[in-house]
Amino acid sequence: MDHKKRLITILFLLGLLATSWALLAADPSGANTGGIANVPSKVAGKPTLEEIGAAVGQTRVSLNFVWTLSAAFLIWFMQAGFALAETGFTRAKNAAHTMMLNMMAFGLGVIAFWACGFAFQMGGSGSAMGSAVSAPEGMSKLLGPTIGGNVWGLVGGTGFFLSGVSYDVAAFAIFLFQMVFMDTALTIPTGALSERWKLSAFTVYTLVGGAVIYPIFANWAWGGGWLSTLGKYAHLGHGYVDFAGSGVIHLTGGVMSVTGLIVLGPRIGKYAKGVAQAIPGHNLPMAFLGCFILAFGWFGFNAGSTLAGTDLRISVVAVNTMLASGAGACLSYFVTWWKFKRPDPSMSINGLLAGLVAITAPCAFVTAPAAVLIGSIAGVLVVWAALFVENKLKLDDPVGAVAVHGFNGVWGVIALGLFADGTYGGGFNGGPEAGVTGLFYGDAGQLAAQLIGLGSNLVWVGATSFALFKVIDLAIGMRVTAEQELQGLDYSEVSAPAYSGDRPSISTPVFVTRPPAPAPAPAAATLKPAPAGGK
Amino acid sequence: MKLITAIIRPEKLEDVKVALFAAEVEGLTIQQVSGHGGEKAVVESYRGHPLLYEFHDKVRLDIAVSEPFVQVTVKAIADAARTGQVGDGKIFVQQLDHVVRIRTGESDVEALTPVTVAGKT
Repeated sequence: MDHKKRLITILFLLGLLATSWALLAADPSGANTGGIANVPSKVAGKPTLEEIGAAVGQTRVSLNFVWTLSAAFLIWFMQAGFALAETGFTRAKNAAHTMMLNMMAFGLGVIAFWACGFAFQMGGSGSAMGSAVSAPEGMSKLLGPTIGGNVWGLVGGTGFFLSGVSYDVAAFAIFLFQMVFMDTALTIPTGALSERWKLSAFTVYTLVGGAVIYPIFANWAWGGGWLSTLGKYAHLGHGYVDFAGSGVIHLTGGVMSVTGLIVLGPRIGKYAKGVAQAIPGHNLPMAFLGCFILAFGWFGFNAGSTLAGTDLRISVVAVNTMLASGAGACLSYFVTWWKFKRPDPSMSINGLLAGLVAITAPCAFVTAPAAVLIGSIAGVLVVWAALFVENKLKLDDPVGAVAVHGFNGVWGVIALGLFADGTYGGGFNGGPEAGVTGLFYGDAGQLAAQLIGLGSNLVWVGATSFALFKVIDLAIGMRVTAEQELQGLDYSEVSAPAYSGDRPSISTPVFVTRPPAPAPAPAAATLKPAPAGGK
Repeated sequence: MKLITAIIRPEKLEDVKVALFAAEVEGLTIQQVSGHGGEKAVVESYRGHPLLYEFHDKVRLDIAVSEPFVQVTVKAIADAARTGQVGDGKIFVQQLDHVVRIRTGESDVEALTPVTVAGKT
């Protein structure tokens, strides 16, 4: 009886609470939240036309800021994807080292980019705030030769240390967005060169790559440099167009991977009498997770590259991105199934990523069927390229970075020059009012600009990165010793292994310096620190 | 006294354990091991390169028994572990010179006689 009464009372009270919530609710549907009262005005609720205009303008810019920054946060999360994919594809004894490479590509890279990389890249791109987020007007010092009355920009010259004219909200937003792109490019070689790369050599590479090599090419394509003005000044389509960086980021990373691999050489045991051997990665589920995280972050990479949430083309960009990645995964899945009798998990991961890399440049300019076709070709190309790199070029790339980012970066840049359908991008790079149009839709000039962009990337990034790696090799050495490599870089390059429990229990860590004895104090004072064991 | 060492398929461990316990042989040590016998190597492929698994996962049992239990134990293992396919494993029987139970210091057959723990259900 008592129980029943109590239950009824509780139910009654709960019912009362629920009805009172509904009765007292302010605006549960949201229909009445936000209105003319929220427009800042001198007379509340009665803004003038100027006041409405100001509010609309600021709202558009705010939306674009939020979009650009949110996209940048997504792209930053891609570093987790790279770290997991690369570490999963490599061996357990190098796991902490490979993770360390990925994390410090960010840590070192952001400092280098802040110091001067950002200034070199975007220091000449300042303009009045338009529909998209852009560097402020003050950041417009573009250095380069003047030919035919036009400045052909090679490098920017303002915005060092984000101070002076670049202490500005728009500059900071652009910095964050461009920084995470730069970080993506820098972290690509960490996979290709993993399992034998010295941390000291990597440190120098990251600082120079983030300060000079990447920013200079990015200036040419995105910072108002000479490639972007090929359309305006030389009438080649809209100049070199690379919406989110198949070339600027992925090809750059792929080319640096190739030059690094040439200097570094293959891992011990990769080639037996010249024949490539399998060296399985230690954790495929980790690599799969990395792949999913990369694909998730890629929505920020591509759709975020409008730099404007008010540009509704973002839906086309996002869907094209998704379609191409799915097509890439399908084709590599089926191609390896046919070629090796069963589908290859790591190649399928590469295929999904290859589709993403290939659609990165053309994502805003092509139709959905074209996106599927571009992704499909990428899925086949990546399998062929991975085998070509290993078997013919004899470059030992544990994660397939050259095939995914290098070969498909090239394909993405060309694909834009072929498939851009002319419905979007009018006035892009200061080019013609018509949309960006590829060869198949009648503009051979656009393809020419794309090929010039490709060539200049190969020459600039190839030459500077090869020189950098050579100098590092001669000065401090690129590679760990054979003993360190065989033992695992976790046991020499970083101070602790990734998996301390994976050795037999007889070699679990022991105290080298003994913990203080529980005995009376005088006894503890006589304890001498034990000599450091091992080496 | 004999030391019986058996190499069996991992998936047969449960059956062998049940058969041994039914035969009242309850003292055994097991290990995960890899071995090569008459089986074919397993061929996998990683990024287009063949990957050969020449050694197969096996379980190794070590059982020390007194003379009356030797044939019982061998039969229990052989019957329970057999599938009839190549790779069922082997049983090795060796002479055992001396056994000591560490807890009590008992030796030989006394040390091999199982002790029922008080209160064991």
